[in-house]
Amino acid sequence: MSGGVKAHSRWLPWHALAVFAFLYLPIVTLIVYSFNGEGVGGFPPRHLTLQWYRILFADDAIWAAVFNSLQVALAAMVISLALGIPAALALDRANFPGKGLFRRLVLLPLILPGIITGLSLLMLFREANLKLSLATIILGHGTALISVATTEIFAGLQKLDRAQEEASLDLGATYWQTFWNITIPNLKLPIIGAALLIFTLSMDEIAVSFFLIGRDNTLPLEIWGRLRRGITPEINAISTIIFVFSLIAIVVWYRLRMRAQGKAEIAAELLETN
Amino acid sequence: MNAPSLLSIRNVAKSFGKNSVLRNISLEIAEGEFLTILGESGSGKTTLLRIIAGFESATSGEIWMGGERLDPLPPYRRRVNTVFQQYALFPHLSVADNVGYGLKVANLSRTEISTRVEQALAMVKMTARANAKPSQISGGQQQRVALARALVNRPRLLLLDEPLSALDANLRRQMQVELKSLQREVGITFVFVTHDQEEAMVMSDRIALLRMGELEQVASPREIYNRPATAYTAQFIGHTNLLQAQVQDGVARCQSLAWKVSLPDGPALFSLRPENVRFASGDGVRIRGTVQQQAFHGATDLLRIDCGEGLVLSMRAASRENWTGKVELQFQPEDAIPVRASQERT
Repeated sequence: MSGGVKAHSRWLPWHALAVFAFLYLPIVTLIVYSFNGEGVGGFPPRHLTLQWYRILFADDAIWAAVFNSLQVALAAMVISLALGIPAALALDRANFPGKGLFRRLVLLPLILPGIITGLSLLMLFREANLKLSLATIILGHGTALISVATTEIFAGLQKLDRAQEEASLDLGATYWQTFWNITIPNLKLPIIGAALLIFTLSMDEIAVSFFLIGRDNTLPLEIWGRLRRGITPEINAISTIIFVFSLIAIVVWYRLRMRAQGKAEIAAELLETN
Repeated sequence: MNAPSLLSIRNVAKSFGKNSVLRNISLEIAEGEFLTILGESGSGKTTLLRIIAGFESATSGEIWMGGERLDPLPPYRRRVNTVFQQYALFPHLSVADNVGYGLKVANLSRTEISTRVEQALAMVKMTARANAKPSQISGGQQQRVALARALVNRPRLLLLDEPLSALDANLRRQMQVELKSLQREVGITFVFVTHDQEEAMVMSDRIALLRMGELEQVASPREIYNRPATAYTAQFIGHTNLLQAQVQDGVARCQSLAWKVSLPDGPALFSLRPENVRFASGDGVRIRGTVQQQAFHGATDLLRIDCGEGLVLSMRAASRENWTGKVELQFQPEDAIPVRASQERT
């Protein structure tokens, strides 16, 4: 038996390496070619250069798209949190007829294909005579992502110690004061987590945006549009920048959790979910 | 109790759906009293506490405090504070901010808050850890902070929900003494919930014994021990011998035992404490038996004596290496306390 285990363990590192290569080789390629003097063609990459970044930073259309996407993502974040937090509270606290139906309906957009959401919103806006613009994309993302906010916050609420809220009421705080002083600070991590997730999802959303787009492009649509004319190295450069920012966001998020929970608990939680 | 009544619980009942948790609870709690609500788990004691605090509403009945009806008020309008079982300290606030929370939401001035927080922390000897977070202090210290956080608001009534159950035995005994002397010091009425009869006996002015949602007996620890009203009370608080007897013409008979009583004819139930059963010497009701079992209890041993015909008596005797053989026992007729049978409830 022990011999068999050893024979397996010799191959295990190679297997792991292959999995990592499968996952990350495309990203590494993307990053490497963003510095390649020969553009997107040619192997191996030669003549390291920052030329594509220079071109990128001079490209007004890309920056307009980045700015649009940031606007959309921030606004969608605010909308979905503002509606998602009360929805999660209602699911956790209140008992009302049709609660089961409400829960399923709130979570529906999570599994609904973006094409359906986009198409139905488009038809609604057309009926309402709304001109398509960034605002319609914001509304689209906001509604589609409420379900994300609701699930994240609801999970946080389930872990919350209700005795703390009772203690606050007991000490003379009204329900409203208790919500702001005790509930929200205890939900800080789920709220930040939901916000980051919504931001990221909105930043790279294509399907819903595609139907609701007006004159102004979001970044994914701008990139998609350019790709139809062929891959250019600036695209690699902007993708690399997006990758770096995502990485920073993940690290920040992880650090926050570490500070709040301690390593042991996170490890336990990871094992639990696996 | 001669002191005026502070809290008056009138015919309170509570049910969750079809499940009736409390029935017909009426209780007067005096100003400055230390009252313990004692009961097994599932007896409804925590529910009763939560109704007084305002976290649950009674299905029927009223609660009055100092001439004002309490039960329609939300928890934050009641001059009642609670020490929770797991303390429920706010993890994101420091010890001092936890204690000052009630004063802050009451909009007191900053200087008043800081002096009162300081006093409260000094009272529970936690001044040195004022800036620590709850996760950085021990369970016993969290307990003190929870106490200070409640008392700093100068409530008229303090509710304590099994606050000592999370502590280990030594610390628990120490906190029992400290809590009792603290209560004397501040003079606030304490309503203390526990399932531990020893704890209840040590600390309370009065014990309200709750069984399956109904009050079994309300009396001082001494009275409840010496004059239990029901078989359940006698058995729940301390050890006892329950004697099923028949009374006829002023004489109670149980197997070969017979003693004089002033009760009407018919079946009767008596509680006889083991310490009131002694080795025979002088007057008393006598019976012979054989030592069946011996349990060491420190200063005393608890012996089980087989007296024949299915009658087994427990008695306390001075601790000795080995009790065996035939013995003759006696007890005084007045030590056999007539008790009501506790009916089975579902």
